[in-house]
Amino acid sequence: MQVTITVNGKSHTRDVEPRTLLSDFIRDGLNLTGTNIGCDTSQCGACTIHMNGQAVKACTVLAVQADGSNLTTIEGLANGDLHPMQKAFWNEHALQCGYCTPGMIMSAVKLVENNPSLTEADIRHGLEGNMCRCTGYENIVNAVQSAAAEMQGA
Amino acid sequence: MAKYVGERVKRFEDPRFIQGRGKYVANLTLNNMAYVAIKRSPYAHAKINSIDTSAALALPGVIAIYTGKDLQDSGVGALPCGWLVPGTKVPVRHALVTDKVCHVGDSVAAVVAENPYIAEDALDLIEVDYDPLPAAINARHTTESGAPQIHPDIENNISYSWELGEKEGAEKAFAEAEANGHVVKIDLINQRLVPNAMEPRACVADWNGFTEEMTLWTTSQNPHPIRLLLSAFTLGIPENRLRVISPDVGGGFGSKIFHYPEEVIVPWISREISRPCKWVATRSESFMTDSQGRDHVSEAELAMTAEGTITALRVKTWADQGAYLSTFAPLIPTAFYICLLSGLYKIPNVYGIAHGTLTNTVPVDAYRGAGRPEASYVVERLVEEAARVMNMDSIEFRRHNFIGVDEFPYQTPVAMAYDSGDYNKLFDKAVEFASYQELRDAQAKARKEGRLVGIGVAGCIEASGPAPSKIAGALGAAVGFWESGVIRVHPTGKVSLMTGSHTHGQGHETAFVQVVADELGIPMEDIELIHGDTGKVPFGMGTYGSRSASVGASALVISAGKVREKMKRIAAHQLEAAVEDIVYDQSNGTMYVSGSSDKAMAFGEISFAAYTAHNLPDEMEPGLEETSFYDPANFTFPNSAHIAQVEIDRHTGEVTVQKYFAVDDVGNVINPMIVEGQIVGGIAQGVGQALWENTVYNEDGQLLSGSFLDYAMPRADGFPRINTDRTETPSPHNPLGVKGCGEMGTITSTVTIANAVVDALAPLGITHMDMPFTAQKIHSAIANKLPVAAD
Repeated sequence: MQVTITVNGKSHTRDVEPRTLLSDFIRDGLNLTGTNIGCDTSQCGACTIHMNGQAVKACTVLAVQADGSNLTTIEGLANGDLHPMQKAFWNEHALQCGYCTPGMIMSAVKLVENNPSLTEADIRHGLEGNMCRCTGYENIVNAVQSAAAEMQGA
Repeated sequence: MAKYVGERVKRFEDPRFIQGRGKYVANLTLNNMAYVAIKRSPYAHAKINSIDTSAALALPGVIAIYTGKDLQDSGVGALPCGWLVPGTKVPVRHALVTDKVCHVGDSVAAVVAENPYIAEDALDLIEVDYDPLPAAINARHTTESGAPQIHPDIENNISYSWELGEKEGAEKAFAEAEANGHVVKIDLINQRLVPNAMEPRACVADWNGFTEEMTLWTTSQNPHPIRLLLSAFTLGIPENRLRVISPDVGGGFGSKIFHYPEEVIVPWISREISRPCKWVATRSESFMTDSQGRDHVSEAELAMTAEGTITALRVKTWADQGAYLSTFAPLIPTAFYICLLSGLYKIPNVYGIAHGTLTNTVPVDAYRGAGRPEASYVVERLVEEAARVMNMDSIEFRRHNFIGVDEFPYQTPVAMAYDSGDYNKLFDKAVEFASYQELRDAQAKARKEGRLVGIGVAGCIEASGPAPSKIAGALGAAVGFWESGVIRVHPTGKVSLMTGSHTHGQGHETAFVQVVADELGIPMEDIELIHGDTGKVPFGMGTYGSRSASVGASALVISAGKVREKMKRIAAHQLEAAVEDIVYDQSNGTMYVSGSSDKAMAFGEISFAAYTAHNLPDEMEPGLEETSFYDPANFTFPNSAHIAQVEIDRHTGEVTVQKYFAVDDVGNVINPMIVEGQIVGGIAQGVGQALWENTVYNEDGQLLSGSFLDYAMPRADGFPRINTDRTETPSPHNPLGVKGCGEMGTITSTVTIANAVVDALAPLGITHMDMPFTAQKIHSAIANKLPVAAD
């Protein structure tokens, strides 16, 4: 089937098998490998991207479902610059191996955009769908708090 | 003097990760690449009658299908075990099995196809005719009569038994304690865990038929040992024609140390079809093929005098090794476990015996802490119970039995000689940091209100950076535990470092550079670290056992000393001074003549001079590059004091961790930000074991907890703030004075939480419970012990 999907501002028209996962379309079809895959049960959140303004797990969407959609992946979050959330992850040492990081950042950005007055409990609850095995989450929470302050100040 | 060491330098590696440019193996695509998928056993134990690949081969897009016979007929050897204690019986383990499967997930056949979707489709078309056999799934019961025999030549499914310590002394001490003192006994299960690094394992192999060289990209913590095992045992391609690259690796926690079947299968197929090949594990495959952790069943006991002085500690353990011996499996329940059973204490008689047993489950090997959390769990559960029996505060009981600060180096009865420590100071700090007395007072008040509040304490020892190699050899290692470190100063004064250590989250690209920048007195920005590529780095041993800073960075410190010496000789020659009169100013990398700082040369000037070789001392070779292979004199011995507060919901049984305080002594600290990150992350993993994580097989050997839906991983909302502090007792025997920091958190937090939960339940008469402390388990245990009408 033919799909047309806009990713990071660029439109791509491709033939895909109906069963192609959006995560595979992004990674293998477009060679945007920043979107990592960490599980096969929609639990870990490593593949989180933005689809029409919402954070979604790209492994749980078919490419054909995304036909006509507008996607942002980690590569397109700040177009070469650093988004406040990316800066905060760096400043707060919110990543170690880095594998969960793109999905974590993409989730966190929407979490902050959707709730301007996040408590720590809100952040911890809001990131429940993104697993990190390295950090114990503490510095991720710090990063989201710090980025939230900057994003609201902007 | 230090400009960078001790500073919270932001990590050099982070920009690529936060922007989605991580170089993980799964991100690598080569031209003309084919995709491999593995047909895995659905049975835990079954005889293979036949494998019919005809329907799968007929599927368009399938290139070939291979079975174990194809690999073995071409000369591929079995996967070896790299740690053998005396008398170990090693089950034969092939990359693809031929006649029998021994665990769910065992590899039966390999498909290679034009894309991964077709490869997966083909798996379903392979017909394997099995005769299922009864399965053994329990570490202890597998040794009993009537248990299924898994490997023909290994009786009672016992691969090895290993004992160490003062057996007779312990017997005498227990007899005395039975008569005049106290004995506490606990039966413990340290449940099996799945490491679950967030990046699933992956391999890309590229056979170049023109040069007859193989390149393998693999998700490994130690590419050189993998290359060695591939060359010498399995694939048979000589090391000089085999390049193994571990680029960015998304977490390991031990599970990526080992030599896995796919590291044999994928390059073998690449050579067979003369195309690059890629295999990426699904998470389901990770659950049934990544080596798992822990899984000890133990009987433990402690003897003490009437005054609470520990006189003996004795433990008998059945350690489940799974269906085969993974690369370092026998190390974990032996030298990394029994050798740590003295804990922080002066115990005259320590004795342990471990039976490494085989079952129809996924192989078990090192997982963060690797034997040391199991030892801490035994020691600190016993100590806590002993304090309760003595009606002493558990910290006071510990202090009463600590090894004194003036007793280092301290030789334990179980081989280890601790390098340094000050356990009273450590606990002084922890008690103050946690406001321990206030926690106890609040607990007393809460108990009066009928609330189930528990305070958990643990003080643990770690042995990190296994060493020296000759001792490791005597204990069963087939390899050495040194590390290589190269400093290549380029003509312009820019510097490349090469280390055999591998970073997969630990931040070496920053911390190692901090160390060398201070050693040479040049900006961090002028230095880069190269690692993880056998084509670029001299043989090295990799990263595990919290060894990278103490062994790997130390090797670089030694190389830096050699670089400084050569530079001083060049400076002396060119400044026409004696070498002894040249001062190397490590604050800015300049060399000057003592007493006349105007006679000076900059780092870059000397670097350039080393390469022009126009004016070097006689007999000096040109160039500026130094290599060291550092084999430490001993392990380092980090130690910890953790205090946690939990509350159990009396209605649901749910445990909430309310407060957590950790004071760790990991020696000198290179980058506090990274060290704290390691400690906190380690604590979270250990809490995961205590509260949630459990690997469950049913009686047929089916893995019931085979996905993130069934295996409870720690999530962001499971934790309070984790407060960390430290004392710094330098290791006396490595040039940085550092100790390992990667595993201390995990080693300590599991038993800290266990002690807290048991403490919370103590008013109900519960003195032990096995992990994980799920709401269901606690609810069942307390439901009929609580007053019916409580609030």
